[in-house]
Amino acid sequence: MVWVESAPRAWREGTRRYRLIGGKCPSCGGLVYPHRQVCPYCGREGLEAVALPRRGRVVTYAVVRNPPRGFEGREPYVIAVVELEGGARVLAQLTDVRPEDVRVGMEVEAVFRRYREQSPSGVIEYGVKFRPAI
Amino acid sequence: MKFTATVGVAGYGAYVPAFRIKGEEISRVWGDAAPVREKSVPGPDEDSLTMAYEAAREALEMAGVRPEEVGAVLVGSESPPYAVKPSATVVAEALGVTPRVVAADLEFACRAGTTAMILVAGLVASGAIRHGLAIGADNAQARPGDELDYTAGAGAAAFLLSGDRSRLLAVLEHAYSFVTDTPDFWRREGESFPRHAHRFTGEPAYFRHVVSAARGLMEEAGLKPSDFDYVVFHQPNVRFPLRAAQLLGFREEQVKLGLLAGEIGNTYAAASLIGLARVLDHAKPGQRILVVSFGSGAGSDAISLVTTEVVGSRKSSLERLLARRAYVDYALYAKQKALLRVA
Ligand SMILES: [Zn+2]
Repeated sequence: MVWVESAPRAWREGTRRYRLIGGKCPSCGGLVYPHRQVCPYCGREGLEAVALPRRGRVVTYAVVRNPPRGFEGREPYVIAVVELEGGARVLAQLTDVRPEDVRVGMEVEAVFRRYREQSPSGVIEYGVKFRPAI
Repeated sequence: MKFTATVGVAGYGAYVPAFRIKGEEISRVWGDAAPVREKSVPGPDEDSLTMAYEAAREALEMAGVRPEEVGAVLVGSESPPYAVKPSATVVAEALGVTPRVVAADLEFACRAGTTAMILVAGLVASGAIRHGLAIGADNAQARPGDELDYTAGAGAAAFLLSGDRSRLLAVLEHAYSFVTDTPDFWRREGESFPRHAHRFTGEPAYFRHVVSAARGLMEEAGLKPSDFDYVVFHQPNVRFPLRAAQLLGFREEQVKLGLLAGEIGNTYAAASLIGLARVLDHAKPGQRILVVSFGSGAGSDAISLVTTEVVGSRKSSLERLLARRAYVDYALYAKQKALLRVA
């Protein structure tokens, strides 16, 4: 798929990436990210939008050495599955950490960072990443 | 200016990036002696906007105020990521305070953060809004090898100002601004780095404005240096604020706690406000604090605050942020600071 610069796309994705807004299931209490209509645990519909906890632990991770467009110059960086307190799982970049220092189980917390620049003259995309908890 | 209605700090936050470069490493590359031991360096995915957000989120959480109750977000910075497009809208959106909010950017070199504070305090004291955020944030830019390259740091501080007496950690008493047209430092449109008038930045710029604003406040309020427990000055280096203190008759013990330039460099619009956050983290009830900023161009704001009985019950993450230090060499510094352009 060819990636093209798009300010409207950055805008549509913005709020979802800016804040950790997830869904809470009214029957089983399951937490999911991002917010969606149907509970993946019990199938119940009508999940309530909630602000998720900002702390969690690394469940698994991968080191990116051949980054997609807009992320060049940042490699190597780490993409991780983070399990937040309460159980919601988020796929996000880790920051302020060298790939060799990342461990499964390490405690992390959400921060707000630059994702990418669409181009040197284009829109700057921001969103949530995770750093080692301080 | 005297705040007649109650307004004060209900929460505050400070932010300093994880990376540092030592003064001696900059000296190794450029040859001159460094006026600071080390300075803060932003990560490759940080800018003044992301740092403004981190400080603001902490201030909001500390105050225990819901995002939708925040009526103003003013971001003071001279290093916004866009030449045209406000940072305040992104910060406000990420905090969840949009859309019913007075949000805008302020620019006045290193002074914009304290000016944001005075403006938000005015909105709160007038009853127009209940709570508002004033933020100072910068990723200070300097031409490689320039005098300023030895000190230009990165950081942010945010203050959630409120009129709810029971929430306040410190009450704002007085403010005094001293502003003149002084060409000590500037950057023209399209230029990457600022220029400055070297020695001219001292006496007619920093010292004249800082001393006049501090004296103005003390005269207007009927206060003297010994009435203050702490004083925080804008800190482009370690020497200037110590000299300003001496000129005004403050003792070194009153200055030391809020003087962080030797560890994090000059964080521009955040500099005096990070110092204030440090002081509030350690202050005891009933103490009086004087903050004096300076921004080239030129102007100073002096603000006096008195801590309440609940100061210290909530603290910022500043000490933990100061303790986390990953050292970079000049090459990595240049990359992270985007002094090198790859594409
Ligand atoms: Zn469910």
